[in-house]
Amino acid sequence: MSTTTTPSTPTATGAVAGTIASTRAELLRLRRWPAVWITIGAWMALTTLFGYLFNYLSYKTGDTSFSNEGETSQKMLAELLPGYIPHVFIQGMPMFGGALMMLLGAIVAGNSYGWGTWKTVLTQGPARRSVFAGSLAALSVFVVATVLATVVWCFGLSLFVVVTESQTLVWPSWVDLAESTGVGILVMEMFALIGYLLGTLTRSPALSVGLGLVWVLVVENLLRGVGELLGPVEAFTKLLPGTGAGSLVGSIVGAGGPDPTPGVLDALSGGQAIIVVVAYLVLTPVLTGWLVTRRDVA
Amino acid sequence: MPPRPDPPKVEGMNLDEDPVVRTHDLTKRYGDRLAADRVSMTVRRGEVYGFLGPNGAGKTTTLRMILGLIRPTSGSAQVLGRPAGTAEVTERIGALIEGPGFYPYLSGRDNLRVMTRYRGLAESVADEVLGRVDLADRGGDRFKSYSLGMKQRLGVAAALMGDPDVIVLDEPTNGLDPAGMQDMRRLIVELARGGQTVLLSSHLLDEVQEICDRVGVINDGVLLNESTVKELRGAASLLVRGEPVERALAVAMGVAGDDAVHLDGERLMVDLGPDRAPELVRRLVAAEVSVLEVRSVERTLEEVFFEMTRGDHAGGQQRYDGHDEKVEAVR
Repeated sequence: MSTTTTPSTPTATGAVAGTIASTRAELLRLRRWPAVWITIGAWMALTTLFGYLFNYLSYKTGDTSFSNEGETSQKMLAELLPGYIPHVFIQGMPMFGGALMMLLGAIVAGNSYGWGTWKTVLTQGPARRSVFAGSLAALSVFVVATVLATVVWCFGLSLFVVVTESQTLVWPSWVDLAESTGVGILVMEMFALIGYLLGTLTRSPALSVGLGLVWVLVVENLLRGVGELLGPVEAFTKLLPGTGAGSLVGSIVGAGGPDPTPGVLDALSGGQAIIVVVAYLVLTPVLTGWLVTRRDVA
Repeated sequence: MPPRPDPPKVEGMNLDEDPVVRTHDLTKRYGDRLAADRVSMTVRRGEVYGFLGPNGAGKTTTLRMILGLIRPTSGSAQVLGRPAGTAEVTERIGALIEGPGFYPYLSGRDNLRVMTRYRGLAESVADEVLGRVDLADRGGDRFKSYSLGMKQRLGVAAALMGDPDVIVLDEPTNGLDPAGMQDMRRLIVELARGGQTVLLSSHLLDEVQEICDRVGVINDGVLLNESTVKELRGAASLLVRGEPVERALAVAMGVAGDDAVHLDGERLMVDLGPDRAPELVRRLVAAEVSVLEVRSVERTLEEVFFEMTRGDHAGGQQRYDGHDEKVEAVR
C-alpha cells in the first residue's frame, strides 16, 4: 500500500519549535481548567487532613484515630513539626496522591478525545510527536508544581504548629527533603503518565479514570493479598506500579508496623523500587507516543 | 469576479500549475465497509471546490485523510505538493472538520488563543478572526454556552487563523440561521477572491451551486464526477406548451431533431438553448400551433445530484420546477 498520507517525521528544529509551541498552548488550557485545580486541591486537602489536621486534633484532645493509633503524645507532636516534613508529604502519594495524579493524566488525554480537540489541535501545524511531547511536558509541569506546592504547604502547616505549640523550630535535613521531593516527583509523575496512557488507550476520561482507580485502590491490593499465598502472583505483584511506588516511599518513611500507612510497602528494596518506577516512567510515554502517532484521530 | 492576486510562494511547488490537493486512489476501509473507494480528486489553486455527497457518502473520511488525521488503507494524498499530514503542510492548512472541537470550559477567545500558540502566531490573531466571523462580542463567553451556530463560526474562525493557503471546511453552515449561512457563503467567496483555496464539503446543494467553482460528487465512497458546476448541470433546454400537442411535437422535432425532444405529459422538453427560442416560436406559430408557454429551464445541481446518486429522484413535474428557470416568452 502506498501511504503518503501519514503523520510527519519533523526535522529536529521543527520538532523542538513544535514541542515548545505545543507546551505553551497546553499550559494555557490546563491553567484555565477548573478540573485540574480541583484535582490538585483534593490532594492538598487530603494531605492537610491526614498529615496534619487529624493528628493535631488528636494531639490536642488526647483521642486517637486510625492514623495515629498507639502513638504517644510527644511522637504525635514531633510528626507535626518541620523536621518530619520529608516523611509526611510523601506518605500519601503511593495511593491517594498517585490515584489523583492518575486521574489528572487520564482526563488530560481522554477528554481531548471526547471534546474532539485532538483533531483541532492536530490540524494546527505541529507534528503529532510534538503535540504529544508538549502535552506530556505541560502535564509534568503541573505534577512537579503539585509536589513542590505540597512541600511548601506542609512547611506552612508545621510552622503553624511550631508557633501555636511554642516549639523550637528545627528544620529538616535538606538532603532528606531533596530526596523525598525527588521520590515524590517520580511517584506522582509515574501515576500521571499511566493515567495519560489509559486516557489515550480508552479515548475516554470516564473509562480511563474508572479503570485506573479500581486498579490502584482495589486490584493491586487484592493481588498482593493473593501473592502471599501464590509465589508466581507475588513475583508479578513486585512489578506493579503501586508496589514500586509504595516500596520507594516505604524506603524513606518506613513501612510495616501495627498501623502502616495505606499504600506504603516494603515489598521491594529502595533500589529495586526505583528501577520499577523508572521503568514505568520510560515505558508508558513510549507506548503512549506509539499509539498517538499510529492511530487514526476520529 | 475580480482578478486573483499573485499566488503565494510555497517552496518546491508551482502553485499556478500544480494542484493544491491531489489524491490518487485514496481508499479507507473499515472492516467490510469501504468508506472511501479509490478517490482521485484534484483541487486547483484559488478555487472553491465543493465536495458533495449525502450523509455517510465518504466526504469527511476523505477530508480526514487529506488532513492526515486518518491513514488511508491504500492510495495517497498530496497537499501543496507534499504528502498530506506532514507538519509543513498542516501549518499551511486551516480546517474545520466534522463539527468544531474546542475546550468547553474556555471562552471562545481563549480557545483561539490556545490554537494561536499551537500555530506559533501572535495571540492578537484570535481577536482578528473573531471579528471576521462576528463573534467579537461573545468572544469572552465560555464555549459551552455557545449556540450550535456560534460554535460553528468559532470553528471557521480557527480555520482562518494565519491566512492558510488551503481552507478545508466540512459542512461549515451546519447550525447557522439563514443570515448566518449567507454570511458564511459571502466569507467563503471572499476567501477565494483573496487567493485562498477553499475545499468545502456540503450536502446543501444550493450552497454548493452558489459558491463553488468546481464540484466533486461522492456517493458510497466513490467519486462519481468531478467538473465545474456549469458542466455538471449541462446546457439549458426549452419547455414548450402548445396545442395541438402532436403538431407542436412535430414542429419541435423539425427544429431540434428527433432525439432532442421529449414529451412530458402535455409539455415538450426541447434540447435547445434560449437563443433558439424565437426561431422555434416562429415555426410553431407558422404551423398554426397555439403557443401557451415557452421558457428556458436549467437543471439544478440538486437534480443532477439525485440523478447521479439515486437515479431520477426528482422526476416528473418537479423536475423542471427548479429556481433557475427563466421565462423567455409566454403565449
